[in-house]
Amino acid sequence: MGSSSSSRNKIPNAQELMDQTGFSSAHLLRLYDRFECLDRDNKGYLSPDDFEAVGGLAMNPIGGRIIDAFFSSGQDTVDFSSFVWILAHFRPTDRNRNKEGTQQELPDSRTRKLKFAFQLYDLDRDGKISREELLQVLRAMLGLQVTEEQLQSIAERAIQEVDLDKDDAISFDEFKKSLEKVDIDTKMSIGFLK
Amino acid sequence: MELFFNPFDNLVCILLGISFTVWFTLLLVFIIVPAIFGVSFGIRRLYMKTLLKVFEWATLRIERGAKEKNHLLYKPYSNAIIAKEPTSLEEEIKEIRRSGSNKDLDSATEFELSDIFYFARRGVESIMDDEVTKRFSAEELESWNLLTRSNYNFHYISLRLTVLWGLGLLIRYGFLLPLRVTLAFTGVGLLVFLTSVVGLLPNGRMKNFLSEKVHLMCYRICVRALTAIITYHDSENKPKNGGICVANHTSPIDVIILASDGCYAMVGQIHGGLMGVIQRSMVKACPHIWFERSEVKDRHLVAKRLSDHVEDKSKLPILIFPEGTCINNTSVMMFKKGSFEIGATVYPVAIKYDPRFGDAFWNSSKFGMVSYLLRMMSSWAIVCSVWYLPPMSREEGEDAVQFANRVKAAIARQGGLVDLLWDGGLKRAKVKDTFKEEQQKLYSKMLVGTQEDRSRS
Repeated sequence: MGSSSSSRNKIPNAQELMDQTGFSSAHLLRLYDRFECLDRDNKGYLSPDDFEAVGGLAMNPIGGRIIDAFFSSGQDTVDFSSFVWILAHFRPTDRNRNKEGTQQELPDSRTRKLKFAFQLYDLDRDGKISREELLQVLRAMLGLQVTEEQLQSIAERAIQEVDLDKDDAISFDEFKKSLEKVDIDTKMSIGFLK
Repeated sequence: MELFFNPFDNLVCILLGISFTVWFTLLLVFIIVPAIFGVSFGIRRLYMKTLLKVFEWATLRIERGAKEKNHLLYKPYSNAIIAKEPTSLEEEIKEIRRSGSNKDLDSATEFELSDIFYFARRGVESIMDDEVTKRFSAEELESWNLLTRSNYNFHYISLRLTVLWGLGLLIRYGFLLPLRVTLAFTGVGLLVFLTSVVGLLPNGRMKNFLSEKVHLMCYRICVRALTAIITYHDSENKPKNGGICVANHTSPIDVIILASDGCYAMVGQIHGGLMGVIQRSMVKACPHIWFERSEVKDRHLVAKRLSDHVEDKSKLPILIFPEGTCINNTSVMMFKKGSFEIGATVYPVAIKYDPRFGDAFWNSSKFGMVSYLLRMMSSWAIVCSVWYLPPMSREEGEDAVQFANRVKAAIARQGGLVDLLWDGGLKRAKVKDTFKEEQQKLYSKMLVGTQEDRSRS
């Protein structure tokens, strides 16, 4: 390798991150700048307030859930590696990437994206989207614009369509199956500039 | 031994004396006298052209250096990391659903689980790149301007470049900075002294005339203290008495830039210390509007004082910065409606700085006032353009907010800045819920709209 840039040295485990997530070094540098920009008090990690200060996120009906997705397993800080890891979910799938000797087996990119979306619904992380959880997400996305009955009927219909084993909840497999034909790659990918 | 030292001492004294005299004469002739009369020798423009050539050369050297070592240059000017598509909520969600089902879309569908993809993607996009947060940090440059503070590619600098940079450092800190500091003190000192003197005169035309001249002269000296090279456009639209002059805000220097070309009544809070002294003496010569700290909160009081001032046609036009805070000069943020409610004619002014010579943006969370001024005085120059836009008034049926937005759009268009809806107060505070409601409304119209159609048919 031998190439060491003083700015790249700022980033801990840069090479590892590049291998695991597939981001190029230019992207990583950009993301690091962004991370520092969001980290207003220069703490070295991000807390929920830092995310809430992003205008576009506060305006998003499910903004709160997206923020939760960054803070998994009860922690309330996000360091740069975790930040990049989550953002990597939105990279378009690399058809031809074949890196030998990666530390971890990357599960199929499509499944990762689905899992991310599933987590946005499944609040308590129990592996199933219950009717209650679905109602909550719907309420967040629609706010006060619809009545309680309308909400209930939307949720009812959605579960009936998708729930194959009739347990009144949507498991990850059922979720996956119902979205079989959706082009997740494009819809859950962000256009990173070269 | 003593004999040896004495002539030497004398010689040193004489040399010092001569250089001081020369220094002050030069200062007087080339800078202060032109400032008094408002003429210019054109030295600053020549300086600017030379600097540009040097910067281009410096950037080429860096790029060449990087290529030699086969490294990727960190390009700060490609500011974006992602490409955002400007599709609407409805289009996108329909797209997602279309790809997921074979059903004919018109007869369909209500909520789909895949709808969440749209929101998730938009949300993460804004985490990576949002319009607001990046307006509060300094703009990034294409070419290097030999200032350490704007360089990201340190180790590609060759020896020649380092020498040049060192030379630049010497010139800036050794020659320009002391010169500018002297001028600044002269300018401020004269302002305080002369306005107090003028204030002793009885009110009348003589006093107004003199006060104008005094203010202009002192601001011009301050402009030279910063080596500000300003180009004024469309001066026929300059603000007149009884009007309100409105401009975008990038730094406290904006005031000096505008006030050196015309006389304004300033609005602001009374500070203590040096600022307070300056404010108090200025108000002796002509009426400015200074508020006590407690009065600032009372919006009615503020509005009343402003409108009283505006109605008196003999008083100078008021200068206001409606954004309320300093923005980094790439965009214009929401204007506070207070100044647009008064009903006077508004004279918009657009100010655009050229960042290649020195970044004028005051990042108040990073720098205090004194360190900011020092940075300003140790950059190469402050180059900016000022456009005086034609006056605007509130139209029939237009409320203050719409009027403010109209003025803002005009300023943004002229200055080549991005026109944003967001509130500059977002620097410190959170977004209002109304924006979120908008999104919810759009989405629910899609879903519930279809339900109503179905129940009707």
